[in-house]
Amino acid sequence: MELGPYILLASLEGAVTAAVLALTAVGLSLVFGVMRVVNIAHGEFFMLGAVIAWFVAQTVGGHPALGFVAALVIAPLVVGGIAAAADMTILKRLDYDPERTIVATIGLLYIIQQLTLMTYGPEARPVEAPFNQRLALPWFEWGEEGFEFYFPWGLSTTTYKLAVIVAAGVVLVGVWLMMARTRIGLLMRATQADRDMALAFGIPVERVYALVFGIGAALAALAAVLIVPIQQAHYLMGADPLLLSFIVVIIGGLGSLPGTVVAAIFIGLSDGIISVFFSPTLAKILATLLVGLVLVFRPQGLFGTRSS
Amino acid sequence: MSATAKSLTLHLGLLAVLLALQFVLPAYHHGNLARIMVLASYAVGYNILFGYTGLLSLGHALFFAAGMYGMGLTIQHAGFTPAPALIVGILAGAVVAAGLALLALRTTGVAFLIVTLMFAQAGYLTILYFGEYTRGDEGFVIQAFDRMLWGIDLSNPENRYFAAWGLFAVCLLICLRLVRAPFGKTLVAIRENEERVRMLGYNTFAHKLGAMVISGTISAAAGAFYGLLFGYAGASFASVQYSIFPLLWVLLGGAGTVLGPFVGTLFMFYLIDLSSGITTAYLLIVGLALVLLTLFAPQGLTGELRRRVWRWLP
Repeated sequence: MELGPYILLASLEGAVTAAVLALTAVGLSLVFGVMRVVNIAHGEFFMLGAVIAWFVAQTVGGHPALGFVAALVIAPLVVGGIAAAADMTILKRLDYDPERTIVATIGLLYIIQQLTLMTYGPEARPVEAPFNQRLALPWFEWGEEGFEFYFPWGLSTTTYKLAVIVAAGVVLVGVWLMMARTRIGLLMRATQADRDMALAFGIPVERVYALVFGIGAALAALAAVLIVPIQQAHYLMGADPLLLSFIVVIIGGLGSLPGTVVAAIFIGLSDGIISVFFSPTLAKILATLLVGLVLVFRPQGLFGTRSS
Repeated sequence: MSATAKSLTLHLGLLAVLLALQFVLPAYHHGNLARIMVLASYAVGYNILFGYTGLLSLGHALFFAAGMYGMGLTIQHAGFTPAPALIVGILAGAVVAAGLALLALRTTGVAFLIVTLMFAQAGYLTILYFGEYTRGDEGFVIQAFDRMLWGIDLSNPENRYFAAWGLFAVCLLICLRLVRAPFGKTLVAIRENEERVRMLGYNTFAHKLGAMVISGTISAAAGAFYGLLFGYAGASFASVQYSIFPLLWVLLGGAGTVLGPFVGTLFMFYLIDLSSGITTAYLLIVGLALVLLTLFAPQGLTGELRRRVWRWLP
């Protein structure tokens, strides 16, 4: 394969990563934005989504699409419920003190991860995609005989991967509509702007917090259900999404949703492309260093604006 | 008896007991206690930054690993003997800590935590990336004949215990001296109210920098000794988990107390040791301990002891 098709292939793979990453990171960003809580257990909610998707697909049986659709509904609901319960039993009692909640969510990370290990086991298990046709992609070129059009070997994607990208886009628009156009979004934004003032105006801040924490976790679970037919469900799969979401949220500007999406696309695509040409470890080293330096020298993020 | 005399008696007494235990403990617990003392030294280092200065770092594995690899790599590839290798390890930790401090101390609160986490993660990945020398996750064994310090064979359990005890004693006494000195008192003041300390004319940045370098150097010393005494250096010691462990030990034992790190390490080590007989998912215990501690006992064991009984505890 020549360089051009190769880059196209890498960006297609990168776009799938970016789509899933955007969903996961928006969940993390929402929680940080509204609650000022850094949720270290976010990656484990992602993992739970994938594992529950496997359980659901196993129980439903029949056509793969049936189980998948069921998982798409059930997994985010269950994970969101677990997260909301964790918020009400643990985080609320810590009074959302930033450092103590971080320690508590680290604890939560280990609890969820190890309970999954004890029940689900250490195996990686796949979920079958509802549809999965291979699509060969054409490549255009100006050759010696003018305009050429051919199908390079290996340049292909699947309908499922394209569907993941579309689905992620739809959900992101949904989140934006919820935040911008609905009453509950308004309550969230009010709580984000000034917690005490919101409380004074009779907004049930504690319930908003539980809801936001649940929605954040549900978004991660949804992203995991989408990716689980491509990757497999494994009890340690939460580490990478957590790290990448952190990178995205920080580069996008802490708590800024549009910045998060832009950064997710940027990081997802560049991760795909860099990993093709360089070692993935090197790509990760550069990304983590970048995050550290961004926080030190540009705490509002690369795309954010400095808020008061 | 004055508070100073009481605390001196208590800490020297603990060291004497630990030294005496060497002759009575059965082999299994003897080995465990040597390990606990080295890890407790790591926790003592962590406590200086977290407990006394109030800076929550999630990147101390970087310092621990700097000590371990500074020592291990020079023995493995440069043919150093243990004494200079240990010095290289400790110096490596000090340099890394100073470098990270200069960057990370520009931030505060949650940002500080994430910056330290990210740089430690970059350090861990770098160890994996240079797998040719470090052998990555698999790690490398430091052979017994490389572990002769001034003619003393450190792979022998008795000598290993003495070396671990020596390290712990030095770290504990440094910590005890530090918190009674004006420098240590200023650190506590920074923890309580940094703005006010600055208003009083102290250079808070220099104090925090000093605290982080001391903390990192002690952590690196623990890492270097750990590698040398137990004959192994591996990338897992640089992973996030090894940044979380000292946090857990210090929280459990009591942040901002001299004895806390040792109490926490001892308690957690045996908790995991006993639970590993029941389940392989020992990290579950770690998670539960973290959540329960933050909920019900943010002061930790020694902290509660100080609050209720021994008010003079440093």
